[in-house]
Amino acid sequence: MILSIILEKLRNALTDLLPIILVIAFFQIFVLKQPLPQMGEVLFGALLVVAGLTLFVQGLEMGLFPIGEAMAHALARKGSLFWLLCFAFALGFSTTVAEPALIAVAAEAAEIAGKGGLIDPSVDSLKQYAFGLRMSVAFSVGLAILIGVMRIIRGWPIHYLIIGGYVVVMLMTVIAPQEIIGIAYDAGGVTTSTITVPLVAALGVGLASTIRGRSPLVDGFGLIAFASLLPMIFVMGYGLLIFK
Amino acid sequence: MEFLYDFSKIFLATCRDVLPIIILITSFQLLVLRQPIPHLRRLIIGGIYVVIGLALFLAGLEKALFPLGKIMATQLSDPFFIYGTDEVVAQADWKAYGWVYLFAAMIGFATTIAEPSLIAVAFKANEVSAGTIKQWGLRLTVAVGVAFGISLGTFRIVTGTPLYLYILVGYMIVIVQTIFAPKSIIALAYDSGGVTTSTVTVPLVAALGLGLASTVPGRNPALDGFGLIAFASLCPIITVMGYAQYMHWQTKRSLNKHGEK
Repeated sequence: MILSIILEKLRNALTDLLPIILVIAFFQIFVLKQPLPQMGEVLFGALLVVAGLTLFVQGLEMGLFPIGEAMAHALARKGSLFWLLCFAFALGFSTTVAEPALIAVAAEAAEIAGKGGLIDPSVDSLKQYAFGLRMSVAFSVGLAILIGVMRIIRGWPIHYLIIGGYVVVMLMTVIAPQEIIGIAYDAGGVTTSTITVPLVAALGVGLASTIRGRSPLVDGFGLIAFASLLPMIFVMGYGLLIFK
Repeated sequence: MEFLYDFSKIFLATCRDVLPIIILITSFQLLVLRQPIPHLRRLIIGGIYVVIGLALFLAGLEKALFPLGKIMATQLSDPFFIYGTDEVVAQADWKAYGWVYLFAAMIGFATTIAEPSLIAVAFKANEVSAGTIKQWGLRLTVAVGVAFGISLGTFRIVTGTPLYLYILVGYMIVIVQTIFAPKSIIALAYDSGGVTTSTVTVPLVAALGLGLASTVPGRNPALDGFGLIAFASLCPIITVMGYAQYMHWQTKRSLNKHGEK
């Protein structure tokens, strides 16, 4: 019984991974016409990936989703808007500020800005710039989750906020220094980590199902959308403030 | 031995990612909510599964797929492979990069299918919509969007056209679609833009972008290497809304047909 459940989960994970294996094998053999190197290593790695994905999905259902929803229910029942918004901001900020992808992007951005002569290219000033950039992105993600939670509570339609955000992004693009634009657009995508996304989704859906008059489908989603949009605006804004 | 070292490094990094969440939740429980969490044991076990699972997943990717994928990305964007000669080409010919576009699309599609955050969101969407949104339906639609996005992004790098033009047009399409799309899908569609690009997609796609930008003649890696992720975040919004719209029209049409009979 338990074995069949485990086998089923493993099979699902294998299906998830299959496309990558096929694509890599196809290009390696037919296009680049080279043998697959270190077959043993690759197979071993693929095995780890399948096992890992199986465990992750299991843990998602047991741990991350329930805790996200439990927090949402408990905070909504407490009825204190202040603490709910505090939690939202802290969740966004704390999970983003140490995100490795963000640290890498910030360092890279500092290097580009230094080379482009936009900031003083000394090591100290580069570090300071990267730190400031990281902080502004983390702050923007915190703010984004906060705004998203406000939206769920008040029931504002999401498309006005997002489209408004798009208009701001386009306006900022016109005035922001050219060097920062590519990084700013990418910053939106890298901020949300694999552990944050399920937690934030559960928080949104949990809130929307607790508050009367909100539909979990229409109102519960959208937090991640804000968390991808606001960093773009903040990174470009940061560029405008710092570059002269 | 070396593997154990690598794995423990990744495991510790994953623990560090979870640490702020644990601190946040415990401090809120202790200081603000002051209530016991229901099913605490189960939650903790689930949390441990998530951390170990993610660490295994990442270790496996680093071991097997990332090195291979990155090598392939560089090989495919190598001018010798593309033009078949060693001569320096002054002007990039966008038609010569067919394999690159195809590889971009396929790797975008394949990595999105394996993306754990998308699995999570698809699971939640399926649960919340009482099964009307199929997990695989959403994941495939998003993956098609990412495939198209990354492919378009590599085309942009090859041709060197400005990024903001593409994004501007993409935003226009999203805005127009928002007006016509069924209201229930809009929030989910916007979300699907952000979840597509994390652990699996970003490293491979970044290697492809930087590889292309440094080998295509006339491109500056600093300026042109970025932007692929932006495409991968924008296009799924369009495909998800498009698919929802299509399904909406289909049901409407079949309803109308039944009405006429």
